[in-house]
Amino acid sequence: MDDLTNDSATPLPRASFPRIARLYRFQWEAAQNAYVLLFPEGMVQLNATAGEILRRCDGRQSADAIIADLRTAFQSDAIDADVEAFLRTATHDGWVEWRDTVAP
Amino acid sequence: MSAQLAAPAGVPMWMVAELTYRCPLHCAFCSNPVDFARVQSELSTEEWFRVLAEARALGAVQLGLTGGEPLSRPDLELLVAEAHRLGFYTNLITSGVGLNDTRMRGLKDAGLDHVQLSFQDSTRELNDFLSSTRTFDLKRRVATLIKAHGFPMVMNCVVHRLNIDHVGRIIELALEIGAEYLELANTQFYGWADLNRAQLLPTREQLQRSDAVVADYRQRIGNRLRILHVISDLYETRPKRCMNGWGTTFMVIAPDGLVMPCHAARMLPGINLPSVRDASLAQIWRDSPAFNRFRGDQWMPEPCRSCPEKSKDLGGCRCQAFLLTGDTGATDPVCDKSPLHSRVLEIINAPALSPATQLPQQVTARPLVFRTPENSERLLIGAP
Repeated sequence: MDDLTNDSATPLPRASFPRIARLYRFQWEAAQNAYVLLFPEGMVQLNATAGEILRRCDGRQSADAIIADLRTAFQSDAIDADVEAFLRTATHDGWVEWRDTVAP
Repeated sequence: MSAQLAAPAGVPMWMVAELTYRCPLHCAFCSNPVDFARVQSELSTEEWFRVLAEARALGAVQLGLTGGEPLSRPDLELLVAEAHRLGFYTNLITSGVGLNDTRMRGLKDAGLDHVQLSFQDSTRELNDFLSSTRTFDLKRRVATLIKAHGFPMVMNCVVHRLNIDHVGRIIELALEIGAEYLELANTQFYGWADLNRAQLLPTREQLQRSDAVVADYRQRIGNRLRILHVISDLYETRPKRCMNGWGTTFMVIAPDGLVMPCHAARMLPGINLPSVRDASLAQIWRDSPAFNRFRGDQWMPEPCRSCPEKSKDLGGCRCQAFLLTGDTGATDPVCDKSPLHSRVLEIINAPALSPATQLPQQVTARPLVFRTPENSERLLIGAP
């Protein structure tokens, strides 16, 4: 989904299924007490919120379902804009890719 | 607590495992020590297993498997499988020589994450000249194989005076072979590259031209190919923050088990490098004099010690300081505040640099010293 950029005018395809892009590996690192994204010769250490969002990007939940789940986890109904902004950035950076159908 | 206490050790997130100094290529800019022929006793499979487990327990997560040529080790697949089991992200850094379909499949099954394939140039002529082998066509075939097995691929090309004018074509080659990343690494002048510095150092004009070409491509190709541009700092007025700071993030394990804060540290005098054969990696990382020697800023001389920029570059590169001043603890002379900055100016203003050497044939006036066991032996005994 190359057309999904940082431009917030582009609506997030909330019925679609985001997942960690093929180039990246997502895992928990005890030494850093954080989730990290690993890629060729590099690593991004994620803050707690980013980790909680990406943890759910497994290709089996739609963005809608992920946001609903996060509302419960963070006990807040005012998170949609923040999650959407993060997913937009993560997509722009190539961390997350989208499928129209649920992953097998 | 003592004010003399070195900075805390941090987490060695990046571990580079130099599995062997054996290599089918003979690149004139190799970062291996020039006396590699001295090193005979490689760590065994079991010793590497222990090192991998100890590193992972310290928090290491990125593992670079390199050499020499790591494919020279028949146990490479076993080492990848163990590293993968421990949770490392595994990077194979290879010349491609020896990477056939069987080994590629074995590495895939072992859980290898990524392959970095080196080219020496975009042309067969210069690639084969610089590596002193006929490997260009083989590398093209290996690139196809890497993509066929679904690996992300980094193409690496070391850049210097003889190939820097081909940077545009090198980028085209990376696009053609389907690399996700291109590492354009300007030669760092240690090891064999330092021996050949007079022939390899690009001119200022060449660097400026190549920077412009890279910037232009970046704009045009966007995220299709990410270009990592490693610059040499000899033409700068501030040194680079080497390895993100001595003993902060990186450790390199040499084929015989010596543990180094950077690839080139083996040549530094007065640094007694610890070995995994004598101590645990945790002891080495946290407590060894070698790893604590340049941590923090207590070691710094003037002008670094009172410099407002000291936390940015941490005094620069220790190996460059040693090679250009003879003092491992000196301010990196790339800094124009260094009293020895003139040593750098002498190098970059040397008359030999004015007309850029273009073709390999012209180099023969002063031949390159290729990285071969024979040349290493010769350098060991000090023969010309």
